[in-house]
Amino acid sequence: MKKTTNIMIVGVGGQGTLLASKTLGKLLVAEGYDVKVSEVHGMSQRGGSVVTYVRFGEKVYAPIIDKGEADFIVSFEKLEAARWLEYLKPEGQLITNLQETDPMPVITGAMKYPENLIEKMEALGVKIDAIDALALAEEAGTSKAVNLVLMGRLSKYFDMSEEAWMAAIEACVPAKFLELNKKAFALGRA
Amino acid sequence: MRELMLGNAAVARGLYEAGCSVVSSYPGTPSTEITEECAKYDEIYCEWAPNEKVAVEVAFGASVGGKRSFAAMKHVGLNVAADPLFTLSYTGVTGGLVIAVADDAAMHSSQNEQDSRNYAKSSKIPMLEPSDSAEALAFTKLAFELSEQFDTPVLLKMCTRVSHSQSVVETAERVVPEAKPYVKNIQKYVMLPANARGRHPIVEQRTLDLVDFAEKSEINRIEMGGTEIGIITASTSYQYVKEVFGDEVSVLKLGMAWPMPVQKIKDFAAKVDRLIVVEELDPFIEEHVRQLGLEVEGKSIFSLLGEFSQNLVAEKMGKKVECGKCLEDAIPGRPPVMCPGCPHRGIFYILKKNKCNVLGDIGCYTLGAAAPLAAMDTTLCMGASVSGLHGFNKAMGAEGEQHSVAVIGDSTFMHSGMTGLANIAYNQSNSTVLILDNSITGMTGHQQNPTTGYNIKGEPAGKVDLEALCRALGIERVKVVDPYNLKECDQVLKEELAAEEPSVIISRRPCVLLKSVKLQPALHVNADKCIGCKACMRIGCPSISFRDGKAVIDHTTCVGCGVCQQMCPKDAIERP
Repeated sequence: MKKTTNIMIVGVGGQGTLLASKTLGKLLVAEGYDVKVSEVHGMSQRGGSVVTYVRFGEKVYAPIIDKGEADFIVSFEKLEAARWLEYLKPEGQLITNLQETDPMPVITGAMKYPENLIEKMEALGVKIDAIDALALAEEAGTSKAVNLVLMGRLSKYFDMSEEAWMAAIEACVPAKFLELNKKAFALGRA
Repeated sequence: MRELMLGNAAVARGLYEAGCSVVSSYPGTPSTEITEECAKYDEIYCEWAPNEKVAVEVAFGASVGGKRSFAAMKHVGLNVAADPLFTLSYTGVTGGLVIAVADDAAMHSSQNEQDSRNYAKSSKIPMLEPSDSAEALAFTKLAFELSEQFDTPVLLKMCTRVSHSQSVVETAERVVPEAKPYVKNIQKYVMLPANARGRHPIVEQRTLDLVDFAEKSEINRIEMGGTEIGIITASTSYQYVKEVFGDEVSVLKLGMAWPMPVQKIKDFAAKVDRLIVVEELDPFIEEHVRQLGLEVEGKSIFSLLGEFSQNLVAEKMGKKVECGKCLEDAIPGRPPVMCPGCPHRGIFYILKKNKCNVLGDIGCYTLGAAAPLAAMDTTLCMGASVSGLHGFNKAMGAEGEQHSVAVIGDSTFMHSGMTGLANIAYNQSNSTVLILDNSITGMTGHQQNPTTGYNIKGEPAGKVDLEALCRALGIERVKVVDPYNLKECDQVLKEELAAEEPSVIISRRPCVLLKSVKLQPALHVNADKCIGCKACMRIGCPSISFRDGKAVIDHTTCVGCGVCQQMCPKDAIERP
């Protein structure tokens, strides 16, 4: 049986992780895979740490990805990459935005935002593709397009055609934001 | 058509295909999207009811009227609807009636992790339990057939991982059964003691008939594999078991949580050496199996708490699991917080400043309990802030009345806060109730409610006037404040706490996430004026952080509400 591929999308509630997973799910179903996408709605979406699991292959059972199982982690925020690192396979690929968003324990002064996270993760031997997705999203026209920049970067690791990605984006993004999101995707993929 | 569909959307699709005509629900994570998706089908009449009891009673009326009907709710919502539920079991139905209930093991967005399967057993109502979106769709349709065939409401049990996972489904056309003509039937539908006594034996016979169905139905299926271990499981636990073991073990997958088969379980047990039940929360299947006189393991291996996962199942069954690498650094937690510009923030700051005892309720504003505001003393269930405050004040006397408030949202007030307020007016405590009116049901993702003036489709609808309602309930002091104006909130709160009669303060400003709200440009800190006193950080706004001895505002998330400006002693926070 063909192996299941596991992608985790992690970030801060409100960053648009759900649109990213929706686009990815659309693409993978169109490619003919069995797909499961699992997300959590509700309270955690209010600025909390959020995670979406995307699994695809010939036959997928569990809707979630467990520790040590992720082939890819796409992180919308640096601290979140560190938080979910345990879920990455030893040979897995981490794609992370360089953006830092202070969580409440840091805002209240109870804790410090850990320093040099990228360097420390590299020292552990983690394969990291770090990207300033916020800057690229703003270049595309809006800070809200961080999700499409990161999807663009993720797309480089797969052999699906650019047309297939575009079709999935068109199916998920409202028409008036389409050009902007396509541009963000292209900047991430470049 | 083959498509990827959220479990909740698959239930809605099932309702559409089954020809369901009337849907009434109250939102609650993780059940909310069932009804939201349903509202997209013009063929189905769909509404948000003020609470789950009303929703189930609406579905009951529609069923008596001859149409297929439905209500959805979260697990704790079924507690609210339990009153009609138990007697609906006796009356049975005319048009098929299905009630979806979504459990939340691990409490992603809930106040407890009760197991709704117990309701099926105690109310003697059959319950189906899908394990993915395809089954969610198929079981919804089957539920209507069972409802009409066995003259019973049917429960459809969802859970967070089935409701909020997308998997592949095949859709079909809508088929509407012929509406049944209304026939007055007092013996069946008027549950006077004499009639109810006549119905009870029918209910008991129905359960026996349903056991017979459970024996034969393919939704309770045996998948034979290795016979050393036989696992009885259901819902997402089935998926984890298959993920870990594949065909290594034999599996009896129960698609029907209640009633359970007897012979099928005995036959399965006879084929395997060791029988294990894998189920989240209560030992519901396990106790049934044990009652059959079979030797079985379950909660001696698996926890009563939280959700399962593939690693958890593997580890508990003695398989080795390898985690990934992790950093040594302490990673600060990232709990949910009130959004930048949230109208609840200012009110909670004022409550904290006045050292109030705050009896809280269920909604986004429950986040007022979190640091740094930590301005909440209790949260129990929908509406308990208002009724709880009355009891608290009766116990504490003037000491309580002068320092204590109830805090409840607009939707929660309509759900079950009104009756508590009537009690305050009737039984006379000098209680101060704050209704945080953000013009929407917030936490569940923006649903309309009776105070918003719009229906589920966003069309103009009837509108309950909160001020008039509070007065009609017997509260004469009703004040309205703007939560962005800290001074006004502080002053009115002090006045109402001191007043020697009950009062209501309505804190009114729409949720900033509403599309209709015009956001202001982001504020910025004038570094020359900022003295680094951190006064602005006491309100716990996620847009404000502290860098190099000065406050900094994140321009990508700040919506310019201006509450932090009122905190700054040096006027260092400026509008662009």
